[in-house]
Amino acid sequence: MFSRKLSQNHRQNPSRLGYSAGAAGFRRPDLPGHPLLNARQRVVLYTAIAGVYLLGIFLWGLLLRPEAYAVHYAHKFMPPGVTHLFGADFMGRDMLCRCVKGLANSLVIGLTAALISSGIGVILGVSAALTGGLYDKLVLLGVDCCMGLPHLVLLILISFMLGRGARGVMLGIALTHWPELTRLIRAEVLQLREALFTRAAAKMGKTGFQIAREHILPHIFPVYIVGLVLLFPHAIMHEAAITFLGFGLPAETPAIGVILSEAMGHLATGKWWLALFPGLMLAAAVILFDVIGENLKSLLNPISGNE
Amino acid sequence: MSGAVNITGAAGADGIAGADGIAGAEGIAGIAGIAGVVARMLLLLFLVSVLTFVLIVNAPIDPLISYIGAESTLSPAAREDIARHWGLSDPLPERYLRWVGNIAQGDFGMSITYKRPVIQVIRERFTYSLALMALAWAFSGLLGYAAGIWAGLRKGGLFDRAIKLFCLVLQSAPTFWLGLLILSVFSVWLGWFPIGMAAPAGKLAAEVTLSDRIHHLILPVCTLTVVSAGKMVLFTRQKLIEIMDSDYILFARARGESEGQLVFRHILRNTALPAVTLQFSSFSELFGGMALAETVFSYPGIGTATAAAALNGDAPLLLGIAGISALFVFSGNLTANILYSVVDPRLREEKSYV
Repeated sequence: MFSRKLSQNHRQNPSRLGYSAGAAGFRRPDLPGHPLLNARQRVVLYTAIAGVYLLGIFLWGLLLRPEAYAVHYAHKFMPPGVTHLFGADFMGRDMLCRCVKGLANSLVIGLTAALISSGIGVILGVSAALTGGLYDKLVLLGVDCCMGLPHLVLLILISFMLGRGARGVMLGIALTHWPELTRLIRAEVLQLREALFTRAAAKMGKTGFQIAREHILPHIFPVYIVGLVLLFPHAIMHEAAITFLGFGLPAETPAIGVILSEAMGHLATGKWWLALFPGLMLAAAVILFDVIGENLKSLLNPISGNE
Repeated sequence: MSGAVNITGAAGADGIAGADGIAGAEGIAGIAGIAGVVARMLLLLFLVSVLTFVLIVNAPIDPLISYIGAESTLSPAAREDIARHWGLSDPLPERYLRWVGNIAQGDFGMSITYKRPVIQVIRERFTYSLALMALAWAFSGLLGYAAGIWAGLRKGGLFDRAIKLFCLVLQSAPTFWLGLLILSVFSVWLGWFPIGMAAPAGKLAAEVTLSDRIHHLILPVCTLTVVSAGKMVLFTRQKLIEIMDSDYILFARARGESEGQLVFRHILRNTALPAVTLQFSSFSELFGGMALAETVFSYPGIGTATAAAALNGDAPLLLGIAGISALFVFSGNLTANILYSVVDPRLREEKSYV
């Protein structure tokens, strides 16, 4: 499999021409059908835009002072308009600011949880693949065990054990997202261990540590980074879901789950904006993380990176 | 999906021989293979039940307080008596064994929230949820499969691009938010459907007709269907694109087969089994989606009961529901494994060469 990867990498790819010859993205007059940017540049551009948007929301939310979404009973249930772009809720709080703040909170939780989960995934996956034997079987059993309960039920149980609240959600989400990544990394390491170049390195007298550092880690790193980024949307969605059900963040913190569960009570009276915009912002964040993850995946893979 | 299927790769390969139904060495190996799959599933079920038990027992909620209420005037001595009677201070393994022993006799304990035996609550609620999940499961499977095939046949076309975008957006949108949107459009704005519950409010249980039930079920089923179909569409589409690149399709085209013939002779046969397997191994997400959809539509199923049990510190009910949900997921994975190993003729071939 790997030799194919290499040969594809070395093959002259027609689109690379545009990258080296084109003066940084300008249309070449002699090539009428040539697009403004090649695929790689376009992917980088999309990823950058998505990243800047998410970072912007994150910083805005972090720096937002609580006065921005303070209670104004005069503005109770004000529909979307100039004063409140996303409308106001049953206490007259500005929905835009609450959403941004809530999304920033979600991002913090998502980041922490994704870091912890991916860390567990890498450690377990690499060690299981390298150790093998009983330990490997135990890790796989643990993976299956965690996937045996519906994810949401497992989250509820963990949050129940930790007595609800922010700590419960954070730990619950951090401790339940590792199985997929563990499995992925374990499979990858198993494949690398059998690859010709690692075996050749071993025959040339390299130590296990050297092989791990020079041959295995550089291959695991992209898998890890992509896994980390793609964990993000899952973590955020699960945080919102569990908060929506009433186990996550307490009702006074601005969080998308809290906002939507409050909105549920006012939908019957036609306050549609309470649900539409917060959900849209959440969905947009999730989609953008997916975009970044998928783009990174294709950029870091030498086959698709040069298409 | 790969996960559920990979678990028993080795055992599954053995299970294939049994499909022939021939009594003999191979047949026995097949039965042993399936027995291996079942045994591993039972081991996992045991581990999951231990995990669940440990999680719930370690909760900071005092079962005594949640049983007698926080404002109870019961004397400390009487409290101690109850705690001793329940064996609350016994070592954990002993308590676990007692719990399993009681379950084996059909005693799941009393639900604190509903003041009824847990088994009764679960049975009643699960019938509601099962109707919801079964319908959504079937619809999402059939519609998703059909849409996936259509999109894959016309790759790059308008329908393909539209449905792909639609599915990607759907997969990123939270289930409960979609439910809220559907609710506000169809119930509040258009007024076509009731706002929630499983039957009209204020009607006696005996008077509720089947059409009432269906009327209340439509929106939750739609929500769950739409949420679960996305994965199926994208999976089938991907599979179809792979197949359309294959040599046998090229050859079939060269023979002059029409598109209908291609679909019925080659595509359905090669995509149906993976699709069914995927659908069976998606029980875990189906359960989660069901819980959220039920909460949005205040549908009295197992999902709303889960939330209520956990919010009220109702440990017996929560344990029971967790057990049932694990059993549900396992039955799906088991079916997927067996389907995959028994039905796929290619795996059967592989076995004979080994």
